[in-house]
Amino acid sequence: MSAQPRDTGLDGAALDAALASVWSARPGLLGWFTTVDHKAIGRRYIATAFLFLALGGVLALLMRWQLAQPEGRLLGPDRFNQIFTMHGATMMFLFAVPVMEAVGVYLVPLMVGTRNIAFPRLNAFSYWVYLFGGALLWIAFLLDMGPDVGWFAYVPLSGPQYAPGKRADIWAQMITFTEIAALAVAVEIVVTVFKQRAPGMSLDRMPLFVWAMLVTSFVVILAMPAVVLASTALILDRLVGTQFFNPAAGGDVLLWQHLFWFFGHPEVYIIFIPAVGMVSTILSTFCRRPIFGYTAMVLALVSIGLLAFGLWVHHMFTTGLPRLGESFFTASSMAIAVPSGLQIFCWLATLWGARPRMAVPMLYVLAFLFTFVLGGMTGVMVASVPLDTQLHDSYFVVAHFHYVLIGGAVFPLLGAIHYWFPKLSGRMMSERLGRWAWGLVFGGFNLVFFPMHILGLWGMPRRVYTYQPELPWAGLNLFSSLSAALLALGFLLFFWNAWRSARKGEMAGPDPWGAPTLEWATASPPPPWNFSRIPVVESVSPLWDAPGELKVATGLRLDRRELVLTSVMAAEPEARDSSPQDSIWPFLAAIVTSVMLIWSIFSPWAVVWGSIPVVAALILWFWPRGTPEDES
Amino acid sequence: MKEAAQSALAPGGAEAATLLALFWPVVALLGAIWLAVLLVAALGLWRRPGQPRRPGWPVGVATAGTVLVIIGLTFASYLATRPLSAAAEAPLVVQIQGRQWWWQVAYPAEGDAPGFTTANELRLPLGRQVRLELAAGDVIHSFWVPNLAGKQDLIPGRDNALLLTPREAGIYRAQCAEFCGLQHARMALLVMVQPAEEFARWRAAQAAPAAEPALAAEGRRVFEARQCSACHTVRGSTAKGSTGPDLTHLASRGSIGAGLLPMTRGALAAWVADPQTLKPGNNMPLVPLSSDELQALTDFMALLQ
Repeated sequence: MSAQPRDTGLDGAALDAALASVWSARPGLLGWFTTVDHKAIGRRYIATAFLFLALGGVLALLMRWQLAQPEGRLLGPDRFNQIFTMHGATMMFLFAVPVMEAVGVYLVPLMVGTRNIAFPRLNAFSYWVYLFGGALLWIAFLLDMGPDVGWFAYVPLSGPQYAPGKRADIWAQMITFTEIAALAVAVEIVVTVFKQRAPGMSLDRMPLFVWAMLVTSFVVILAMPAVVLASTALILDRLVGTQFFNPAAGGDVLLWQHLFWFFGHPEVYIIFIPAVGMVSTILSTFCRRPIFGYTAMVLALVSIGLLAFGLWVHHMFTTGLPRLGESFFTASSMAIAVPSGLQIFCWLATLWGARPRMAVPMLYVLAFLFTFVLGGMTGVMVASVPLDTQLHDSYFVVAHFHYVLIGGAVFPLLGAIHYWFPKLSGRMMSERLGRWAWGLVFGGFNLVFFPMHILGLWGMPRRVYTYQPELPWAGLNLFSSLSAALLALGFLLFFWNAWRSARKGEMAGPDPWGAPTLEWATASPPPPWNFSRIPVVESVSPLWDAPGELKVATGLRLDRRELVLTSVMAAEPEARDSSPQDSIWPFLAAIVTSVMLIWSIFSPWAVVWGSIPVVAALILWFWPRGTPEDES
Repeated sequence: MKEAAQSALAPGGAEAATLLALFWPVVALLGAIWLAVLLVAALGLWRRPGQPRRPGWPVGVATAGTVLVIIGLTFASYLATRPLSAAAEAPLVVQIQGRQWWWQVAYPAEGDAPGFTTANELRLPLGRQVRLELAAGDVIHSFWVPNLAGKQDLIPGRDNALLLTPREAGIYRAQCAEFCGLQHARMALLVMVQPAEEFARWRAAQAAPAAEPALAAEGRRVFEARQCSACHTVRGSTAKGSTGPDLTHLASRGSIGAGLLPMTRGALAAWVADPQTLKPGNNMPLVPLSSDELQALTDFMALLQ
């Protein structure tokens, strides 16, 4: 035991050299495929999710082009139905949920002061599965096999009788990929937050973003099984002739909707809760004060997470459910306005007289406030059964959910990218380009989507590939479509800014914003081991309250990847534990898993024969190799 | 006659009026709250930094206010739904079945008036409550006449119903509101609200078999002999198909192709000549006809008053 080298005596360059020798990824392409560094995977995850955002955005532009005039000729019904399905599926499953989890993968270990995420190989596996699932969907689309049944794939339209071919199966199996990826990340984040927080970071000293990711991860773990069940039952109906959803054989059509929305509504909060954490983080830093009402904010996050499971039926108010039950869901849907409102009031209190620095991240917070609160108001309207019978499945709803999803999640996300870009890349994003992009995105967004409220009230239903000239919808549609060009230009500027700043941006240094949380206590970008010494935390804003040097823990081994495990509540140090080394097996396991899942679209026997290589890959993944990690 | 645009903001019936009466106050209240939040944010930004005050009580008051607003709106919603499901003594019953991509409309026999089936057009007597019995023939559809009432889904394996009470005569457009496949966008229906006597006359005419004008004998022969009769019914002829719309009184309707084109002789000819270009993917095949056959067939159909 005495032979184990410890970090106690070393400092500075010698310590970093020793850490580099165990934590660095292998050089070259092999290192790229084998790394389990949460920062490398997180960056990759974020970049891939933004690629899908761009692809989904192109689809949105095609739809706006088609709908700019009555009897548009750009797209036929078949292509249009594929495109709106692909747009929804891409934005929800391949962009919004993964990007929030990806930001969590990158930031949570840094914010809680640990050296890697829990289960880092599972993390690598999660990314590859997500990538292959996204590729499956998009390659199928390019081969004219893209799903055309809506991102919600209601039966019986998506069932064997009305959706022949493989399009609906592609959708259902893409869901399986993203479920696996999302569940893996959720488990990693829960364990990282519960067991790997820096010594002293008791639950009431956790940054609000970490709280948000913790709540989100629990929502993922509780919501995903419903859609696993639903999509599996759909695949079984389609592939092996079960009758889960066939009313003629005793199945039930509405069962699908219950299962899908029991997942689908929490899904919205899976996207929104992390964004709330981003808003709190940015607001606190730029107001140079802690968020007002920390405990209230945490309780609001937790109650949103809980309420998220009690309001799925508001997607089904027009299906003819009993009136009393509908009224219950009106009450529960509206109730979510209370914790949401509480958060907004706490932000306003934080803002009050703080004279915040108006950098781009802060501008996105203001855009969020403007847009999200409006979307929240229309949300209260669609929660009301009588109003919803008019608004449901009309363009009013299209306007509503773009206000809450773009205003409530994408604006904070863009702010967060500006805010954490220095940590991700070591460089600042251009403030000037950022302001232009902000103006175009914020203005363009409202010009595109506000008229849709009116279109909905004028009776325009969703998901129509065209409309007749005698209907009064042409003017507002044209206005919306033209405005879409502004919005697209704003996003282009944002992408250009990120691309250029990653190469030529001003160097940032460890803490360019003067922020309070631990991710700013290390270099930008952080070294593979994150922190040369594990910080010790004594308040909710450690970098503000302990100016100069943070206290650190010492005594960790240097001959293996080692980190500190702490207790769940008080974060008292409990043990030193090893973190797994790089491995190619997560990548290979993801490939064989993907082969099995894709093959099973075509033959049920894939599940039998395809699982053999999966089991083999997992055995090799976990096979003891006598490395220091294997010591108990 | 009210030629209202398809809109939830121009009610022509009791239910839509109830909904609109809830809509505007809610918009005003929520709009005011939205503006108040923005105003507080602007004031907070504009305010000079000073002694940090304890903003605890305003946050508490605002949260309590949110709770009250929510309770009030829930209660108001509940009250507004009650008249929507209040059935009158003897409503007119109409059975609507959603099909990919058209509406089958059946009037069951009522008193002396015999029952009959038509398609893509719903005529209603002014002022009398109607109970629409909604069913789906294939996938889920949703029946929505925004000027008359909120929407209600037609779901395979379930029996839904919607009550509506027209208060103004006029023609209102309805459109399927639940995505139902390829031609979801082309699944409209015209609702014509007429005075009771006019409705009774229409009803009697619709229940009768098709007229037999000598002029259209050749067209009738084509209709019965070619594929048309396999899917369509023309009461009084040998055509008894049931997968497509009943065409007995086709020419009396306002439009063809489920709201696709106005009912003109030219539109009928164009539709029969090439239904797949006008409404790609719909279930009516292109039946090759000579130009004489097409002429005769169009004559026949245009006379199905």
